[in-house]
Amino acid sequence: MAGALIDGLAQLLRNTPLMNPARAEGPLEHFEIVRLIPLPVNAHGPIDLSITNSTLWMFIGIGTAILFFTLATRRLQLVPGGMQSMGEMVYEFISKMLRDAVGEEGRAFFPYIFTLFVFIFMSNFLGLLPTIPGTPHGWHVFTPTSHIIVTITLAMLSILIVLIVGFVKNGLGFLKLFVPSGVPWWLMPLITPIEIISFLSRPISLSVRLFANMLAGHMVLKVFAGFVTGLIAAGGALTALAIVPLFGMVGIFILEFLVAFLQAFVFAVLSCVYLNDALHPSH
Amino acid sequence: MEAEAAKLIGAGLAVLPLAGVGIGLGILFGNFLSGAFRNPSAKAGLTSDFYIAFALTEATGLFGLVVSLLILFVF
Repeated sequence: MAGALIDGLAQLLRNTPLMNPARAEGPLEHFEIVRLIPLPVNAHGPIDLSITNSTLWMFIGIGTAILFFTLATRRLQLVPGGMQSMGEMVYEFISKMLRDAVGEEGRAFFPYIFTLFVFIFMSNFLGLLPTIPGTPHGWHVFTPTSHIIVTITLAMLSILIVLIVGFVKNGLGFLKLFVPSGVPWWLMPLITPIEIISFLSRPISLSVRLFANMLAGHMVLKVFAGFVTGLIAAGGALTALAIVPLFGMVGIFILEFLVAFLQAFVFAVLSCVYLNDALHPSH
Repeated sequence: MEAEAAKLIGAGLAVLPLAGVGIGLGILFGNFLSGAFRNPSAKAGLTSDFYIAFALTEATGLFGLVVSLLILFVF
């Protein structure tokens, strides 16, 4: 009886578009970048300005953020309502983090850090939406931050701001960053190269951290989804076993929500820490 | 040894940093919990630092994963 029930359910599942094998080819398929609107500006040269699905999802992320903050600040009241208090919560959160990490001079960088956080968070978060089965090629849900070119651009922007601010504010005194005070002079030949290498590796670690987290998270989800579809397709008693990776997937999905938020936050925090170095270079 | 086999072995070896991440996360969670149990009132102040440390530790293993993927798909 139970076996027949499971078989019937599995038959039902097998005929849905969710089980379309074309959508479960490999764990890397959904990172593919597709030109949605090919722009004729030098399309096959070194500069390609086509609107791809990555661009589309950046637009969607920015649009969602604009919509959210427009709704949050539409009717400002002394005692905030639901939307306004959510908006204020995000603002307070980033503002407090900036104050803790940089201090009062950091206020000037609040717009940058806030935009960075909101953009990365929206990209990470909207990428976790499930794709509706049967969407045409290239219109699937996409995470722009799962590509290193996006994250390294953001990281280089942060480091460039740090360099410019550091040299404008301190002049050559910024180089004191590489000569920490309180270290005996005979250790300097050892410490200075280490400090320089650590400074140079910052954009790499900053970008690879975000990109690898997004990539790995989506790959793990896809691999677990492959287990579920594989077990259902296997039929018989194995179909009932599909519930195990399904619950595993739910757990990983919750972890991914946490990671999507944490990585956006960590990116913003580390940008703040580096800015703090630029504003106060002599440790 | 064939180059293909060496590549696969190398890709497998490249995810060994996960062992270190496991140890690191264990230390991190253990110390956070022992701190929180000893002084429950300090827990609220520790939580955000804890999450940052969690994300930084977890990322180390993912660097290994990226190296592994590079070995598998780029070379």
